[in-house]
Amino acid sequence: MNEIRVTATMAEYDRVLRFVMDQVEAVNPSPALGMQIELVVEEIYVNIASYAYPDGNSDGKGMAVVQTEISSDTHELTLIFKDWGSKFNPLAKPDPDITLSADEREIGGLGIFLVKNNMDSVVYEYVDGMNTLTMKKRLD
Amino acid sequence: MTVANNIEGTTATLTVAGRVDTQTSGQLEEAIKGIGTDITKLILDMAGLEYISSSGLRVILMAQKMMNKQGEMIIKNVNSEVYEIFDITGFADILTIEQ
Repeated sequence: MNEIRVTATMAEYDRVLRFVMDQVEAVNPSPALGMQIELVVEEIYVNIASYAYPDGNSDGKGMAVVQTEISSDTHELTLIFKDWGSKFNPLAKPDPDITLSADEREIGGLGIFLVKNNMDSVVYEYVDGMNTLTMKKRLD
Repeated sequence: MTVANNIEGTTATLTVAGRVDTQTSGQLEEAIKGIGTDITKLILDMAGLEYISSSGLRVILMAQKMMNKQGEMIIKNVNSEVYEIFDITGFADILTIEQ
């Protein structure tokens, strides 16, 4: 398992994205798959950077941990995001109603929906004071 | 991301290229709002659009709602990866997409 540990701010977003995508691109996924993973990293990391630590990160707390592993046989990506912020299950929110007309639809709320749809599995746990989101996706 | 704006009469064409994500979607939102209320047809040309996330979808939906009030919006030249995002989220049904 590879790991990167960053202060959970948008300033670290590019570094987190690069960390994940360097490993994903090493197994040559299709452009569609690459974009799906990139989108998942953005949606989850932006949520952590925006909401996990409402009191800010200035006291040295407020970290995010991103772990990745790609199995050598099946090319299954395991992607884990952890933070020590307020307990928050992003999967608890109901999916948006995607059958409504443009005027009826609410603006927003699509991020987690896209994550659920792009990954093969998404599991939330609160473990040892950490929000832990574990996602899996076959890259072949 | 880059947005080029071309207005002819009451038709505005915005050519969007690059990445529309958390860091750039605000720029697209400003460009769309900036076309003004006299425009009755907004064309979003996405030939150069490589990536869109939920923050970009938020802006596209805002644009569709805005143009429903003042005319119509047409999306052109969407690549297959971006189209898939539109499809998953139901946007393919509420947007007018010309391929």
